[in-house]
Amino acid sequence: MSLIRLEGISRRYQMGSETIHALREVSLSIERGEFVAIMGPSGSGKSTLMNILGCLDTPTAGRYELNGMDVSQMDDNELADVRNREIGFVFQTFNLLPRARALHNVELPLIYAGLDSEVRRRVALEALARVGLADRVEHKPNELSGGQRQRVAIARALVTSPSMILADEPTGNLDSKTGAEIMDLFEALSRQGNTMLVVTHEEDVARHAQRILRIRDGQIAADERRAGRPSTLDEPGAVARGENENASTLRPPPSALV
Amino acid sequence: MTLWREIREGTRIAADAIRANSLRSILATLGIVIGILTVTLMGTAIGGLNNAFVRSISSLGADVLHVSKFDWFIDSHAEWLKAMNRQEITLAQVQALEQQMTLARAIAPYTEFGAPIRYGKRSSDRVWVIGTTEKFLQTGGVNLAQGRFLSAGEVSGARPVCVLGSQVASNLFLREPPLGNKVQLGGYPFEVIGVIEPQGNFLGQFSLDNQVFIPVKQMYACFNSRPYFSIQVRARSLEQLEETKAELRGLLRKIRRVTPTQEDDFAINQQQNFLNTFNRVAGTIAAVGLFITGLSLFVGGIGIMNIMFVSVAERTREIGVRKAIGARRRTILLQFLIEAAGICFVGGLIGVGLAYFATLAMQRVLPANLSVPAAGIALAVALCTGLFSGFLPAWRAARMNPVDALRNE
Repeated sequence: MSLIRLEGISRRYQMGSETIHALREVSLSIERGEFVAIMGPSGSGKSTLMNILGCLDTPTAGRYELNGMDVSQMDDNELADVRNREIGFVFQTFNLLPRARALHNVELPLIYAGLDSEVRRRVALEALARVGLADRVEHKPNELSGGQRQRVAIARALVTSPSMILADEPTGNLDSKTGAEIMDLFEALSRQGNTMLVVTHEEDVARHAQRILRIRDGQIAADERRAGRPSTLDEPGAVARGENENASTLRPPPSALV
Repeated sequence: MTLWREIREGTRIAADAIRANSLRSILATLGIVIGILTVTLMGTAIGGLNNAFVRSISSLGADVLHVSKFDWFIDSHAEWLKAMNRQEITLAQVQALEQQMTLARAIAPYTEFGAPIRYGKRSSDRVWVIGTTEKFLQTGGVNLAQGRFLSAGEVSGARPVCVLGSQVASNLFLREPPLGNKVQLGGYPFEVIGVIEPQGNFLGQFSLDNQVFIPVKQMYACFNSRPYFSIQVRARSLEQLEETKAELRGLLRKIRRVTPTQEDDFAINQQQNFLNTFNRVAGTIAAVGLFITGLSLFVGGIGIMNIMFVSVAERTREIGVRKAIGARRRTILLQFLIEAAGICFVGGLIGVGLAYFATLAMQRVLPANLSVPAAGIALAVALCTGLFSGFLPAWRAARMNPVDALRNE
C-alpha cells in the first residue's frame, strides 16, 4: 500500500469574483522510503500541493489517503493529530520558537502528543544527537547559526518518527555550503528509510532526490525518476531511469527545466 | 493530550510570554489592579457601613418589641398628625399588660426626662433620666460594669437609687468609686448602685452612655407627674416574636379599649423596621456603588482584551507552527486564555493586597474589614475578567488557518 495516494485532488480559491484553480485533478502516489522533490515556478500550485500533502489544507475535491487514512474529510482537530503523528515539517525560515531552548523546541511535538516529560526529554535528546547537535541542546535559536537552527528544526520534524518529512525550501535561507550540508543530512535520513518530500525551485537541491515532480499550472507536468541511487522500495516495474514520463503526465515538461 | 497537561503547558507558555513582554503586561495589569482595588474597597466600605449600623441598633434587641404612640418611620405629615392625636400610654396600661401577657419574657415601661446631675463640684447640665423597672435589665440590652441594676423592691418601694451610664459615671467620679455615693439628680439625692458598660451611640445621634436609670415612680415624684411611656416587651425567643407581637397587639387593643372597627392607636416597633429601611437604602447604595466601580474593572478588562489581540497578532506565525506540529484548537485556546487569566489574576492579587492596606486605613472611620471570602470573590472576579476578555482573542487564535498563519510575516 502506498504511503500517499492522491486521487483527482483539486483546490480552488475564491478571490473576489474570480475562482483560482490552484490544483486541477492531481493524482499521485508516493511509496514509503521515497525521496521526492516537488518543483515548479511560483504560482504553479506547488505550495498548495505541499499544504495538502502536509494536511495543513484540505482539497476542494478528490481523495487523499495518507497511511491508509482518508484525510480529505477530516476536521481541524483530527488533522492536527495526523500532522502530529505522521508528518514532520521543515520550513524555509526554520520557524523555531525564539524564546525556547533547542531541547524544548524539539520536545514540542511530543508535548502535543501527550508524552511524559522523561520520555520527551530522552527522545528529543536522541533526535538532536541524530542531527549532530548533542552539544547545543540548551542553546536558544538566536545563539545558533542558520545551519544549526535548521538542524534543530529537522530534529523537531524527526522526533515523533513521522511517516514522512515535508520540507519547504529547506535551504532557501542558508548559504550554499550550509545548504549542501543540510541536503546531505536529508540524504542520510532517506538512507535510514525516512520518506522525504522536499519542495524547492533549485535544481541543485532536487538532485538529491530520487524522484522529481514538476508542477505547472496546478498539474503534475512531469514525474521523473532519477538514476544513481535506486530505492529498494520503488515499485517493481515502475523503476524509471532518466526523464521517463509517468502516465499521469498530461503535458511534456518545459525543456528549460529538464 | 490531557486537559491537565495542556493547562500546565499553557501556563508555562503564558509565563514565558508575560515575561517576554513584561512592561506591556504590567501596564495591562494596572487596569485590573485599579479595577479590583476599587471594587473591593467599595465592597468593604459597604460592609463597614452595615457593620456600623447593625452595631448601632443592637441596643434595640432583635427579640424586643417597642410599643409607643409613634411609629419609628413616618412617611407623611398626615400619619404624624394621626399619631400625635393618639392617647398616651400610661403606667396602668403597662401593669395591666404585665398581668395578662403570657408569651413575654419581660415587660418594662420606659419614660425619659432631661435633667442636670451633680456630684460634689463636678456636674453635667443634662443627662437623660430614664424611669423604668427592674425588667429593663432584660429588655434594654444593657450590661453592668459595676454594682447591680434596680431591684424589684427598690422599684416597688420607689427608693432614691440610680444606675449611671458609663459616661456619666466617668464624668462625675474621677478618683472615687461611684458605688454608694449620692449624686444630685435634678436637685434630688440618689444613691448610685450600679454603672452600665459603655454602649456607644445610637446611629451617631445621641450617646447611650449619657443615661441615668431610676425607679419609675421616682420619675413621678421628682421630674414629671404625667410622664409619657413606651413599653419594651421581650419575647421568649426570636422565633416566637410574631406570636408575641400578635398577643401584645390584641391585649393592647383590649386594654386601651379600641373598638373592633378602629385602627390600632399605638405602634409596635422592632429592630427589623430599622433593618428593612436600612437594607433598602444600603442595597441601592451598594448596587450603584458596585456598578460604578465595576466600570473601572470593565475598562481594565477591555485593556486586557486589547493586549491579547496584539499578543495573538504578534504571534500568528508561532500559532501556525504550533498548529503545524500538532496543536489542537483547544490547546491554542487554552494557551491564550491562561495568558489573559494569568495577567488578571496577578492584577487581582495586587489589587486585593492594596485593598487590604486601604481597608486598614478605612478602619479609622468605619468598622470595615476585608474578609477571606471577599478577597476570594475579588480574585475570582479578576480571573473571570481575564477569561472573558481573553476569550475573543484566544478564539481568534484557535481558529486560525495554519496555512495563513505560517505565511504571516
